[in-house]
Amino acid sequence: MDLRPDDDQRALKAGMRELLQARFPRERLREAADADRPGPAFDRALWRALGEAGLFSLRLPEKDGGAGLGLPEAVLVFEEAGRALLPGPLVATHLAAGHVPGAAEGAAVVTAVDRPGMVEHLDASDAVLLLNHPSVHVLSTAGGTGREKLPGRPVRSVDPTTPLYDVRQLPPAVTDHAMQVAAPGADRLRREAALLTAAQQLGSASRTLEMAVDHARTRIQFGRPIGTFQAVQHLCAQMLVRAEIARSSVHAASLTMTACDISAAKLLADDAAVRNARDCLQLHGGLGFSWDMDVHLHLKRSWLRLEQWQGAYEAEEVLAAALSNGPTEGVPDHRFREMDWTFNGVE
Amino acid sequence: MDLTYSPEEEDFRRCLRAWLRRTLPKLPPKPPPSDWPARRAYDCAWQRALYDAGYAGLHWPVDAGGQGATPTQHLIFLEETELAGAPYVGANFVGLLHAGPTIATEGTAGQRARWLPPILRGEEVWCQGFSEPEAGSDLASLRTRAVRDGDAYVVTGSKIWTSHAQVADWCELLVRTDPAAPRHRGLSWLALPMDAPGVTVRPLRTLAGSTEFAEVFLDDVRIPLAHRIGAENDGWRVTMVTLSFERGTAFAGEVVACCRTLARLAAVAKENGRWEDTALRRRLGRLNADFTALWRLVQANVSEAESSLRTGGDGVPGLGGSVFKLHYSQARQELYDTAADILGPHCLDADHEWTAERLSSLSYTIAAGTSQIQRNIIAERILGLPKGR
Repeated sequence: MDLRPDDDQRALKAGMRELLQARFPRERLREAADADRPGPAFDRALWRALGEAGLFSLRLPEKDGGAGLGLPEAVLVFEEAGRALLPGPLVATHLAAGHVPGAAEGAAVVTAVDRPGMVEHLDASDAVLLLNHPSVHVLSTAGGTGREKLPGRPVRSVDPTTPLYDVRQLPPAVTDHAMQVAAPGADRLRREAALLTAAQQLGSASRTLEMAVDHARTRIQFGRPIGTFQAVQHLCAQMLVRAEIARSSVHAASLTMTACDISAAKLLADDAAVRNARDCLQLHGGLGFSWDMDVHLHLKRSWLRLEQWQGAYEAEEVLAAALSNGPTEGVPDHRFREMDWTFNGVE
Repeated sequence: MDLTYSPEEEDFRRCLRAWLRRTLPKLPPKPPPSDWPARRAYDCAWQRALYDAGYAGLHWPVDAGGQGATPTQHLIFLEETELAGAPYVGANFVGLLHAGPTIATEGTAGQRARWLPPILRGEEVWCQGFSEPEAGSDLASLRTRAVRDGDAYVVTGSKIWTSHAQVADWCELLVRTDPAAPRHRGLSWLALPMDAPGVTVRPLRTLAGSTEFAEVFLDDVRIPLAHRIGAENDGWRVTMVTLSFERGTAFAGEVVACCRTLARLAAVAKENGRWEDTALRRRLGRLNADFTALWRLVQANVSEAESSLRTGGDGVPGLGGSVFKLHYSQARQELYDTAADILGPHCLDADHEWTAERLSSLSYTIAAGTSQIQRNIIAERILGLPKGR
């Protein structure tokens, strides 16, 4: 048993950080955030670069052009994506690799939907993963825009770098456009999506902690760094606790993939991302409330990720249901059996 | 990242389980909570049983009479004994987890031979004389004085919050031997025999009504110089090495116990109808996430300790202990507050198990470094924020 990333895994994570610093530096994030509405065109060159770097094909077997790695590795690189606030339907395209042509290479942009609600990057997408049925379907948008194939009303997205579309109705299991693909069941993909979304939240939570600590060290008030004040120190300490609780939870979930571990990881990582962004914002005072700082971008993205692939309400219901799920033996490894994964609560 | 246990570890688990299955049914009934001499006898008999079976001082080094087990094996031990409902370390807590490890690391060969075997065999009980009425979180400000007189120190002062003082044979005592030195550099660590003339123990009642605490008064108590562990005035460092024995496993058994309590809470809520309350159900779900994550954090800390040992380090799991303790103490309090919510008016019955636990949970954010002190530690030592005042 060793819950720490090994040397190869650490190197992979560091490599992803370097890649993003080169291909998606802060200036690019700011360009996207500061663009006039309706927002910048989708950056397909960046998408291809991410594909070439293996972000989407990471878990495909080597014979299929992938790196043959697993979810623990995917979690580490998605942490970096969350840290950099990398935009785009990253999780959906990653899950589509091997099932939707072009997804693995970053040639295709794939978004996903599992229920009526907000769909990200719909217009820019070449295909939509439909995860609202037990088996996985792909809706191709060839010959039209995503919005023509899956009717959705564009909304003014709270996250300036993630266009959202309000989709009220999902296609039935069989339509002219949707093709069933030989993927693992939708249940499995929803779990993976929740995990990789949690990984991005964890990356964001770690980043806002760093930003808060940097500011606390350098910002002088009352003649000294504000980081000398206990009120500020304790705020930062609590941010670290949230991030570390989320980290061990997300990393363990990537190994067990049990419903309970996944829900705990998503719930705690959502919490860490949202609340760390809030505390970071508070710590920056007036600066924190300004558009030019990145804090609000982390907060807004974390709100978005919170709503995706299992919000707090659903995660808590899954976790509550697990408590009465048969005989209990104590610790998570023994106690939590696999249970039906439902996104509609347990009633 | 890997959560599987090695074949050797699984083997260790199997043997331990088999031993627990054979041994636990033969234990005498638990004594009443307020009968301290009986509790001491019970705890020491359990320690003796562990000793005879080769499980005593599992995580102690072999040359100190321990088993030299890995942090992971220690974790398995804590997990399995809790799952099996085995007795807790109880009155032997200080001996096995504080005083013993300190003597093992810092004591001379003679001191180790004198004090370690009786701890491992469950023959001598230790208590801790660190805190004072005027030295709590600011432990280094302690005032109990030790003045050399021939071959002994003459010690005067008082200690407080000393658990099991009534039934202890020895006390690990932190005293000031050089009042002129800077605070941390004038302290020494002494082994005080509790039956020495001039030692007075006055039991204190906790808010839970229990009496494990005591105040210990020391009036011109003579303690042989040979009872000093480590160098004179080096007591602060000597005290801190104890922490290196912790290795990420502190409270591991309790997390297992809390997971079980949580499942029982859900069962009671289903019985009495409170389960229908969405807010209550969500609260239980969140607690499940918290304790699941705490177990994972224990595994992460143990991983770190184990890797540190493998690479020739001291096996101290960084400062993850502070992170764990902050979250655990809060989650434990929330667990029993939620239990009260489920029990309704029955939570007012002080004899209800969960009410007693609710009361005792209040100590968790205070004992062994308050939550505020833990946050100071995290801010200054992990995050590197400038030292505040």
